Amino acid sequence: MDFALSDEQKMLEASLRGLLADRLPMERRRAIAAAGNGHDAELWSGLVAQGIAGLAVPERHGGAGLGVLDAAVVAETLGHHAAPGAFAGSLVMAPLALQASGTDAQQAEWLPRIASGEARIAVGFAGAAGQTGAASVTFDGKRLSGLVQGVFDGGGATHVLVYLADGRPALVAVDGEGVRANLVASLDRTRPLLDVTFADAPAMLLGAANDPIAARTRVLDAGRVMLAADTLGAAQAMLDQAVAYAKERVQFGRVIGSFQAVKHTLADLATMLEPCRSLVWFAAHAQDALPEEARLAALQAKAHLDDVGREVARLSTEVHGGMGFTDLQGLHFWFKRIDTNRQLLGTPERCRHEAALVQGWVSG
Amino acid sequence: MKLTYSEPYRVLQGEVRSFIAKHGHLSPKPGGGRQKPSRKALDWQKLLLEHGYFGRNIPREYGGFGLPFDVLELAVIAEEIAKANVYPGIMNQGISMLVPTLLEVGTREQCAKWIAPTISGEIIWCQGYSEPGSGSDLAAAKTRAVVEDGHFVINGQKIWTSSAHYSDMMFLLCRTEPEKPKHAGLSYLLVPMTTPGIEVRPLVTMTGRATFNETFFTDVRVPVDQIVMGRGDGWYVANVTLKFERLLLGDANRLSSRLERVRELMQRTTLDGQRIMDIPEYRDRLLRLQGEVMASKYHGLRLLTEQARGEDSGLRRLIVKYNGTLLGYRLSSLAVDVLGAAGLAYDAKDESAETDEATAWHIDNMYDIGLMIGGGSTNIQKNIIGERGLGLPREPKAATSPAS
Repeated sequence: MDFALSDEQKMLEASLRGLLADRLPMERRRAIAAAGNGHDAELWSGLVAQGIAGLAVPERHGGAGLGVLDAAVVAETLGHHAAPGAFAGSLVMAPLALQASGTDAQQAEWLPRIASGEARIAVGFAGAAGQTGAASVTFDGKRLSGLVQGVFDGGGATHVLVYLADGRPALVAVDGEGVRANLVASLDRTRPLLDVTFADAPAMLLGAANDPIAARTRVLDAGRVMLAADTLGAAQAMLDQAVAYAKERVQFGRVIGSFQAVKHTLADLATMLEPCRSLVWFAAHAQDALPEEARLAALQAKAHLDDVGREVARLSTEVHGGMGFTDLQGLHFWFKRIDTNRQLLGTPERCRHEAALVQGWVSG
Repeated sequence: MKLTYSEPYRVLQGEVRSFIAKHGHLSPKPGGGRQKPSRKALDWQKLLLEHGYFGRNIPREYGGFGLPFDVLELAVIAEEIAKANVYPGIMNQGISMLVPTLLEVGTREQCAKWIAPTISGEIIWCQGYSEPGSGSDLAAAKTRAVVEDGHFVINGQKIWTSSAHYSDMMFLLCRTEPEKPKHAGLSYLLVPMTTPGIEVRPLVTMTGRATFNETFFTDVRVPVDQIVMGRGDGWYVANVTLKFERLLLGDANRLSSRLERVRELMQRTTLDGQRIMDIPEYRDRLLRLQGEVMASKYHGLRLLTEQARGEDSGLRRLIVKYNGTLLGYRLSSLAVDVLGAAGLAYDAKDESAETDEATAWHIDNMYDIGLMIGGGSTNIQKNIIGERGLGLPREPKAATSPAS
């Protein structure tokens, strides 16, 4: 029994924090958000140099062959720094999708390109993933037609992997024939979404999974755990900032953190957030090690972190008073990140509904 | 991350299982407990002590099993006992609070005299801390003890003394040094409840049951050696005791089993002919609570790991009481709502008696509020979390005067 991160995982977190503290001061984050394409070549090359791109790629294909818990440590750290860059979709879900549904040849071709940072594959879904926008794609055996909206990790994407309604994914290049990929000016300017239309676009089908729906579910759940971990990091960063602010800001001749109204608010947030870390760790660990508990844990981690994240985001902003509402303070980068994560791959209500089905509490 | 037990713990697991297979039929029914232990409970307790499944880390000379503290061993034993649904042993304030306090700050003589009969269930203790005028502000206690010919002579009143009506002994916080500042004027005395001058009056709670008491002291005399540490050390000793109470109050195993009971209730209860579980609004409430119970459960595993490694859990430990008691209350609130109007028949019998399901849930629901208040109320917990956990500054102090 050892419910804790390993020394290697702690080192991974520490080195990534070092990189982000160094490369991503507030002004840099602002500049990337203003540019609006959600991709920063310098930051990306830093992540690639730390081996982040190949984290979920098996060693035989040039990656580190690490697991979902290792990936969650990275996602939490990226969330903590409100870091632009495509991780959850392109560096976790895409390589998992290729391994689950790709042939040996497809894996040998694409996984090394992911690990090197050359291929950044955004992952979209035509249904089944809890999305509200249009998502209708048909495949005639060779070509894709239709539209998928709100594909996340769209900034800097070189390719899009789109899941068909039958659970099989198909791969296209964003600049390929018949493909139109438009970056949407999104709430979270550091991570813009992508709308993709297909007009008889030639696509490569990944059809090697025996049970394509189950394979898709594993990819979706891993993505949900990544978003939960990202929200965990972002919420912790907001709470840390609110605590620091409450220790400095003076009103009525006292630092505001000495007022119980403020102190108790922050105590409430810490009480809500702290157990979330263990839930995220468990959910991530379960994806690789505990198949019977993996589904419920992923769905509940996503739903619970979305809810706690929202509370932490609101109240941390309120503790900052008027400054919290300004652009100047920059808190809104984390606020928007948490809200964005909440809407992706299933809102809390959607995830909990699925959790009830998974447990057989109701019949579908 | 490893969620299985290594070999020595699996061996212990097997031992506990075969113990239960052999002796489990002798176990009293789990639950209840707020009464003097029955003969059956005392016999079962003796078996547990002999096998080291109770008092495992208490020295043998004091009636325990004498093994070094290993939190994972305790977790394995607790899990097997919970799974088999046998009685985990007698639990009361003497065992959970006084015994660890004596082990930490008591003399050899005190340990030798009190620990063995306390853990065997022969001696029942109650806690004399709160007073009508000092609840959260415990250090303002006014109950006085003055020394007269080799005895403390105690006068005053304590409140919320659960189990005082059947206790043999009380650990009492009282003021012996009135001239000293508030926190430095207290002492921690051990008082036999049969001493002349003690009057126990039942205090009926909102549940309709008399689970608490008021205890009055009129010229109660106890020998001066019935003190833990020295005169004026009472606040220090009381804090040692309270540390153990806070650890006791937020148990994730209990939350998981309560969640399971609410789920089962929702699957067999109907509303206008429809199964409650099939109504999305109710189901979503249960699912939200499930997410929180899961987070609390894994948080508990994390704390267990940290404790096993001797690491300081800091903030993570401080949130447990507040988080656990509030979550327990929200679970019982959902159960009460699921029962609805049909669950409003309320007949709170004497504590030792069985009650119907609806009454039991309503009692739990109200009792949960008591748990949020007792042992450091939720508002006090938030101060502790904010100040000790997050490092926020204390409230500026109002001028304090020694209580008199």
